[in-house]
Amino acid sequence: MSTTDTPPEAEVRADSPPTGAVREHVRRTWWQRHGGTVTVWAVRAVLLVVVLALWQAASGRWIDGTFISRPSDIVDRLGAWWADGTLADHTWITVQEIVYGFLLGAVAGALAGYLLGASRFVYRVLDPFIMALYAIPKVALAPLFIVWIGIGMDMKVMLAAVTVFFLVFLNTAAAVREVDQGLVDAVRLMGGGRRQIALKVVLPSSMAGFLTGLKVSVPYALIGAVIGELVASNRGLGYLINDAAAQFDTAGVFATLVILSLIAGALNILVGVLDRRVNRWKPLRD
Amino acid sequence: MTALLSVDGLSKRFVKNDTATVALRDFSLSVEKGTFVSVLGRSGCGKSTMLNLLAGLTTPTSGEVRYQGRRLTGPHTDIGYLTQSDTLMPWRDVQRNVEMPLELQGVPAAERSRTARDLIDRVGLSGFEHHYPRELSGGMRRRASLARMLAGRPSTLLMDEPFGALDAQLRHELQQELLRLWEDSDQTVVFVTHDIEEAILLGDRVVVLGGLGRIVVDRRIDLPRPRNADELQVDPTYVSLHREMAGALQGAAA
Repeated sequence: MSTTDTPPEAEVRADSPPTGAVREHVRRTWWQRHGGTVTVWAVRAVLLVVVLALWQAASGRWIDGTFISRPSDIVDRLGAWWADGTLADHTWITVQEIVYGFLLGAVAGALAGYLLGASRFVYRVLDPFIMALYAIPKVALAPLFIVWIGIGMDMKVMLAAVTVFFLVFLNTAAAVREVDQGLVDAVRLMGGGRRQIALKVVLPSSMAGFLTGLKVSVPYALIGAVIGELVASNRGLGYLINDAAAQFDTAGVFATLVILSLIAGALNILVGVLDRRVNRWKPLRD
Repeated sequence: MTALLSVDGLSKRFVKNDTATVALRDFSLSVEKGTFVSVLGRSGCGKSTMLNLLAGLTTPTSGEVRYQGRRLTGPHTDIGYLTQSDTLMPWRDVQRNVEMPLELQGVPAAERSRTARDLIDRVGLSGFEHHYPRELSGGMRRRASLARMLAGRPSTLLMDEPFGALDAQLRHELQQELLRLWEDSDQTVVFVTHDIEEAILLGDRVVVLGGLGRIVVDRRIDLPRPRNADELQVDPTYVSLHREMAGALQGAAA
């Protein structure tokens, strides 16, 4: 399938009998094509500059700089951290926790989703227990994980993985349970058995649900990892925030927040890619 | 002639909570090999339930379905079923959808592709092999479903109001195509519809169902083939058949 933005319907109509809608080429200038996007980005840039300028001006003049720091200090701090390697070390730790946690949770969630979703009886039995576990705030599990596996990276990976697991699991299981019975019957009529139903109907048809699970759980991997670091750690961005705050170093806190939001932004781009994939798999019907 | 498909004392109940909905009660029918049987009935008279039972998708509460003299216990690849709603796999294009029955039978890829291409051509969908179901119009999806059913080479076709959701023009076209495809095969067809004209136009025999699958009329249609819908309108035999069927349907409802 192509990745163009034109809806596939338009292509069909072009070569179908003349009763359908007709597609025409429209000539547009560069500004007509990209003007909207350029304007939005320009306004965003201006907004950012204005906020930063106000912040810089307010700090020390109207509000105590100890509490809100100032943009120039934050930039200096980021530069210093970049120079002595602090930035790279701690960011790398957190990114690893996010990635491992996400992968572990996603694989476990998908497996559990397919296995439990396929059996209506088992799912019905386990449903209240699963929902009870899902409702537990994941931070509350941190002390338990510390007792089990210590305060190293594993604990943060687990915390991220648990959150991701539930989101992927619930979405996958729901998709497996909602597979169109008509499609299952169609395969049965063609002489397909249980294995073929699972491979040729259930798997592709629940793909959209599984991908949605992955999509919504990406930010939670970040949240899980950072919360784990805030609870107990001696490395990572969460540790950096705690450490800076303990020394009343607000510039350090804000500098770490800037890095976290950059990571979040990068993850959002990843989610955008996943989102397009989900839409491609969605069984659109009218 | 021997009955290819026979049903004896078939009943089907759907139990929900403490009540059972009876969809079919003591239904019997036998279909001879190579004939085109139209089953005519108003909605809710158990037509779809009957077809699901004939296809082996559901099991009867009592009674049995016999196919080629043997008791039917589940879906049979020799019986093709075109359901009322589209069940094309949305993630497969037309070509791969039509290939699907062959794929499940383990036919090699090259032969699969050839057979599918030929069928797509026969139902008039060439040029749309690589379109996905959502990119097709309702009529084209019906054609694709028809091609998919035929790909499994069934000798018996069950059809549940296959053209019900289409506009009159398109329905007419597809009826003609179905007859064309059927005439040079020796397939047996059970065609369910609520349209009297369609039932008489297509069938060698029309069975009118009343409530709960009670057979009100079972009449052989001796109109010569090929039949033309426009000419039939003024044919006195057709007109009297039409009147009889309309009366039967009305009587069945009362």
